[in-house]
Amino acid sequence: MTQTTVIAEMSNNTVHASTAELVSAAIALGSEPTLVVPCTDASQADAAAGMGAATVIAAKSNAFTHYDAGGWAAALDAVIPQGTVITGASPQSKDLAARLAARRGISVVQDAIAIEGNTITSPVYSGKAMQTVSANGAVVVSVRSNVFAAAQGGASDISVVDTDGDVATSVQEFMARASERLDVAEANIIISGGRGMGSPDNFSHLEAIADTIGAAVGASRAAVDTWEAIPHSMQVGQTGKTVNPNLYIAVGISGAIQHLAGMRSSKYIVAINKDADAPIFQHADYGIVATWEDALPVLHQSLKGMMG
Amino acid sequence: MPNIIVLVKQVPDTNAKIVVNGDRVDLSSVKMVMSPYDEFAVETALQHREAAGGEVTALTVGGAGAEKILKDAKAIGVDHIVRVDAEGEMDSNALQTLIARAIGELGGEVVYCGKSAADTGAGSTGPGVAERIGWASVSNIIGAGFDGGVSVTMPSGGGNAKVSVPLPAVISCDKGGIKVRKPNVKGIMQAKRASVDVRSIEQIASSVSIVAHALPPAKPAGKSFEGGASAAEVAKLLRDEANVL
Repeated sequence: MTQTTVIAEMSNNTVHASTAELVSAAIALGSEPTLVVPCTDASQADAAAGMGAATVIAAKSNAFTHYDAGGWAAALDAVIPQGTVITGASPQSKDLAARLAARRGISVVQDAIAIEGNTITSPVYSGKAMQTVSANGAVVVSVRSNVFAAAQGGASDISVVDTDGDVATSVQEFMARASERLDVAEANIIISGGRGMGSPDNFSHLEAIADTIGAAVGASRAAVDTWEAIPHSMQVGQTGKTVNPNLYIAVGISGAIQHLAGMRSSKYIVAINKDADAPIFQHADYGIVATWEDALPVLHQSLKGMMG
Repeated sequence: MPNIIVLVKQVPDTNAKIVVNGDRVDLSSVKMVMSPYDEFAVETALQHREAAGGEVTALTVGGAGAEKILKDAKAIGVDHIVRVDAEGEMDSNALQTLIARAIGELGGEVVYCGKSAADTGAGSTGPGVAERIGWASVSNIIGAGFDGGVSVTMPSGGGNAKVSVPLPAVISCDKGGIKVRKPNVKGIMQAKRASVDVRSIEQIASSVSIVAHALPPAKPAGKSFEGGASAAEVAKLLRDEANVL
């Protein structure tokens, strides 16, 4: 087995906890991985100790201040040895994976959900099928979160390497999200509404539950297309976001193939729909045949009691 | 005035049921369409032309069957349509090398593409091609402006950022607030008569190959409940049985 390097999943210059899952994925490739942390200050790499990697390298550069695909790929390419590279599968990390692979003239395999030696499985057609590929030689592999168990232990020693890359783009301004609520792409729990919610105002009932359990609020394409007030950033589905949370609660969503494609891999699915024949129920671990008006207040009260 | 290239790909209609025959996906009875995100790329390319002049070339890689989406792009208003003739599987390295060579032949200052294709969902082509031709790249943009250069809006650090992009660059497009125009009758007539510029470009070998396709494992039947009051029971199960709260 060639050498494998894991690039830490970064979120606002902090090492994301899912990095430890990437280390597990690298171990599944049959290697003892090195964990590289792109950082602007070496102390940002401290959190990577104990994530299961024998060696941690803090790759320090001003190029890592804001994400720039070309700059990041160049700065990481300079410090990562040849061989297979593992990244996270957030939109930014997939972008980086593709650019780094191209820089090295090798291929990239995105969204891995299983790795065994040099065979890698990813969902295709938005999860309507699984594709297993065989890689002959080094590749860059992005790995979905919530699939591998987090690796633990290792690495008390972190070495710091200075690196650099040319940053082409420049940020003119940041626009904070209007809501403090999590984005569906980042959340472990998602509660989504469909056209069955009747009006966009009724999404406030979903938001109230989301605030109680720390969930993100999503929507079906039908809801996004019908109501201007429901932005595309909330859309879960084939032409929206693909999500993989621990818990997905679908309210007033019939379960069109478009929607299922974006959420069917959720660990647990709850469906609330007044139509007992709605296709969503075939995918639900817990299905409640009821109107949302009847079910949501009860659900909210119960959850409040538990969280209290 | 920029030469603008937009990459388009033919994929199964996103509402189609995917069937696996043997160990390969069988697309023989599936309707093929332009990948939805590519429609936003075409729209953004046309807006760029309207603001800065120049010409838009739509480029695809595939067999003759892929020409329908080029005609669709032509009907909406692109100036030129080009197909690089290729059949069969290619890994990202082979495909991006081929596209980079095609862009080299066509010449251009900016390339637009969808953020990912609806079949693979990978999103590798935009950034990968950019690296190979040494251009800047931004991905998953949700809006673009063309006042004195190109600036895009894209997700960043839990919000959005307005980012200025120096050309030449490859820009991959998400849906965001981009509204796609519909073809008019004149455009459709022009597209019918338009000829596709078919090119043959040398390919490199792939090192990643498909072993098998399979349908996702079926989920065991869940528990079903009647009436809103049962939501209390489900909440308990989420905590005690599923352990997700």
